[in-house]
Amino acid sequence: MPRSANKIKSQCQKVAAIVSKCGGDRDSLISILQDIQSEYRYLPEDSLREVAIQLELPLIQVYGVATFFKAFSLKPRGKHMVTVCLGTACHVRGALAMLDEVKRQLGIESGETTEDMRFTLETVNCLGACALAPIVVIDGKYHGHIGPGKVKKILKK
Amino acid sequence: MVKLTIDGMRIRALEGATVLEAAQEMGIVIPTLCHHPGLSPYGACRVCIVEVGKGDRRSLEASCTLPVEHGQVILTNSEKVRKQRKLIVELLIASCPNSKTLQDMAANMGINRIRFRIRDRGCILCGLCVRYCKEQMKSGGIGFTGRGTTRMVATAFEVTPEECRNCGGCEWICPVCERACTAGNLIDGLCGGCQNLAPVETCPVCTGCSESVGPHGYKVY
Repeated sequence: MPRSANKIKSQCQKVAAIVSKCGGDRDSLISILQDIQSEYRYLPEDSLREVAIQLELPLIQVYGVATFFKAFSLKPRGKHMVTVCLGTACHVRGALAMLDEVKRQLGIESGETTEDMRFTLETVNCLGACALAPIVVIDGKYHGHIGPGKVKKILKK
Repeated sequence: MVKLTIDGMRIRALEGATVLEAAQEMGIVIPTLCHHPGLSPYGACRVCIVEVGKGDRRSLEASCTLPVEHGQVILTNSEKVRKQRKLIVELLIASCPNSKTLQDMAANMGINRIRFRIRDRGCILCGLCVRYCKEQMKSGGIGFTGRGTTRMVATAFEVTPEECRNCGGCEWICPVCERACTAGNLIDGLCGGCQNLAPVETCPVCTGCSESVGPHGYKVY
């Protein structure tokens, strides 16, 4: 059997395991997608097709949910998520300059992933932590008061 | 049976019916885009808004999703309703100027200018095609994707799904692509052609008034 077919088969088994773990119920579609996302860091097309088959839902319904929520991604994401806040408070305190520095360091635009699949850069409009502005979140950890000078240091970690 | 008042008429409607259905049964025309008798109520286009309530406590509600209640007082064609309805149709035309259905509706309502910047998106997100595919064809080939400003009707991964039987129902039911407005350039967002050339249909029983009914049986406002 060719390697890609093997990969798809193991993916199908993994998805089936996740679906049965969540109860195999249509109502738990979102938690199933969350589990798949944490497994692969994104939602592969074949996994969505498998979920649709397992739950006996039209594929578009699964696809609609996957595109509705910003937490889900249909494109492969890097190992580390870098989220730059561009809310009003962060903007005023120089988030744009900091974002430019992050882009320069990683060599990508926002919404993109580095070629070595290590970093994905995203922007959000407010994290609600304006006292820490300007703020960067890396893998769920909040780094406050980040100027362009500090960007390199925290990205190295 | 539920007793309510629509436009000063005391009527009885079946429990669980919507205000729009009750009004239509009485022959009162409420313009609507996203309502279809064979499909579930959706309340997307908001063209069917009516004034509900008593005295000072009045509110505007979409009649296609509003269930009838005892003692409800409804106005389907008050000054306030007409004004808001015009605004809603203007907004819809601003996002979809090439729909003949919408242009006809604007002509019937006496809209003579679109005050908003026109951005043709080719869809008013009324959900008729999505509901038709799901409920009438039992298929579910198309649906909404994305949200907010990027919400649109699409197929999964932009490929024609297995479920699609090429029935063409989605195109048939669409108020935009069903009959596209062919006017070349719009003046103030309106094509104007239908406003002048629309044939005036007569009621089944014509009393010769010739003014109360516009094209497609809509009331002329």
